[in-house]
Amino acid sequence: MSIRVYVPRDSSALSMGAEAVASAVASEAARHNADIAIVRNGSRGLYWLEPMVEVETSLGRIAYGPVTNKDVASLFEADFLHGGRHALLRGPVDEIPYLRKQERLTFARVGITDPLSLEDYAAHGGWQGLRAALAMDGASAVKQVTDSGLRGRGGAAFPAGIKWKTVLDTPSHQKYVVCNADEGDSGTYSDRMIMEGDPYVLIEGMAIAGIAVGATHGYIYVRSEYPHACQILADAITLAREQSYLGANILGSDKAFELEVRKGAGAYICGEETSLLESLEGKRGMVRFKPPLPAISGLFGKPTVINNVITLASVPIIFAKGADHYRNYGLGRSRGTLPIQLAGNLKHCGLVEKAFGVTLRELLYDYGGGSASGRPLRAVQVGGPLGAYLPEQQFDTPLDYEAFAAIGAMVGHGGIVAFDDTVDMASMARYAMEFCAIESCGKCTPCRIGSTRGVEVIDHIVAGDEREKHIALLEDLCDTMINGSLCALGGMTPFPVQSALKYFPNDFHVAPKRKVA
Amino acid sequence: MSHEAVIARIVEKHRHEPGALLPILHDIQDALRYVPREAVGLIAHGLNLSRAEVHGVLSFYHHFRTAPPGRHTIYVCRAESCQSMGAGALIEHVKDKLGVDLHDTTRDGAFTLEPIYCLGNCACSPAMMIDDQVYGRVTPDRFDEAVRMVKNGLQEVAA
Repeated sequence: MSIRVYVPRDSSALSMGAEAVASAVASEAARHNADIAIVRNGSRGLYWLEPMVEVETSLGRIAYGPVTNKDVASLFEADFLHGGRHALLRGPVDEIPYLRKQERLTFARVGITDPLSLEDYAAHGGWQGLRAALAMDGASAVKQVTDSGLRGRGGAAFPAGIKWKTVLDTPSHQKYVVCNADEGDSGTYSDRMIMEGDPYVLIEGMAIAGIAVGATHGYIYVRSEYPHACQILADAITLAREQSYLGANILGSDKAFELEVRKGAGAYICGEETSLLESLEGKRGMVRFKPPLPAISGLFGKPTVINNVITLASVPIIFAKGADHYRNYGLGRSRGTLPIQLAGNLKHCGLVEKAFGVTLRELLYDYGGGSASGRPLRAVQVGGPLGAYLPEQQFDTPLDYEAFAAIGAMVGHGGIVAFDDTVDMASMARYAMEFCAIESCGKCTPCRIGSTRGVEVIDHIVAGDEREKHIALLEDLCDTMINGSLCALGGMTPFPVQSALKYFPNDFHVAPKRKVA
Repeated sequence: MSHEAVIARIVEKHRHEPGALLPILHDIQDALRYVPREAVGLIAHGLNLSRAEVHGVLSFYHHFRTAPPGRHTIYVCRAESCQSMGAGALIEHVKDKLGVDLHDTTRDGAFTLEPIYCLGNCACSPAMMIDDQVYGRVTPDRFDEAVRMVKNGLQEVAA
């Protein structure tokens, strides 16, 4: 029987040369007359080891990484096909501490299976949730989600069960399920990993949502920056339809659900749910006024469940193992697990799925291994470009929606970007305003004009031009944006700005002075 | 096939889909590498929209361009994670090396340089994309090598 060798097809692994590694493995195997089968899996999320090659042996799957195409010949010489010793040997994958200490529910299969293999998906617990949902009526299905305590993982943390119940209770001959896969926050990539590494879990979650609320059509709105994810999802949908996991009679039942992928076009604002709906309708991605809620009048004016990728991908396990199983992870009002993404200046960037409650310090040092540069960590930004910058004294905050809200920060989509002590926080504050100016949809004045004025005011401050006056002006401007903006873009852009000013005031002095301070 | 014929075929293919405008613009740009001026009227006619509505959508999204780009497009990430790993200095190197500013095309027509705001490659920052190929942990040397390879039509560079 051929030996299975895993070389990831995840975008990040590809960005580090995985394609060249895969072809080198194939040609070396041919040269050695070795009988192997190369599986292009998703990533385990240990990105400092990517491209990480795994070999299936009698002792389980053995990892080697980071592998370049130039290492492949020596791997064959070291008999890596039987777990041979080599400088890049990392041992059995399951025993790597970074992975062993995690609680992978949503990411249970990512990196383990062949993303497009229906056989693999079913063999690893796939479709159990869908079968359970087909045996329930809508109200009990929605109750499962409510009881699990699942909250929107896209950033707003709104209870998913309440959204679903509103859609269920709103009569309409047509309802929709929309997946928000416009993962635009810097420092986040968990949606991409799911779409590329386990697309069927998202398809299953959306089909369950459709069955629960009575929606027969779904859209996955994927950002155009993710061409691989778009392709894998489109292929997965076709394969799932052929086996009746989608279509007019799901698994022979009388339930129907159709699904299609739509591509975004490089607009950060389309991650905001109402502008995403506008974009799906073929319009400019302008934010809508709420009410009406999308659950009542959403896509094409119809009741619409709109949830993030991770929210929907967490649904199958809730149905497969029960609401209590999921709910027993986490604490307080933050139930279940969160796929946390470590990014930026860290030695061990990667995906860490843990129950809520893990502290930033554990994540940054125990998992992240401290800075990549070897210099002290100075600030971290949690939750994307609209999240506050946190200084070292806040690193003991547990990752939980309420604990973060209490310090004026947010968990958001679970991305953590670390900066070492070379960071200039005034320039990061300026960038926050500049980004808002570039990405504003333009509908409300505080966001459209405020962001541009914000850049100018910060320029005055760091130039030492009437410093005190301009700091007061910046604070006033932030207040206006927070209270006067229509959506989170204008309403939260001030958070990174205010936190930079509050915790790193010395960075806002004129450059020569800053060095002394 | 003329631009008009390509556009007409794409409009016809999608015009009955709900929310067809973005899929149409994507297909046109994928086929012609940009969305030419004459597309606006043809799409407006096909979807029963005003030209202003089509123009409004076309100009709203950063992804769509209305002029032909260079033979290759280089997208360098400017977002926070990449900044924390030296994207600022990398972008200066890229501009210097290509002799262009952001949004410009090199004089030989080989490369268009665009900023991008997150490629989801934040665990391997700083990141860039050349056409559809993403590159991680990009150093100035790795950038120079990638550009050399792409220019010569060679395969992806090793990590």
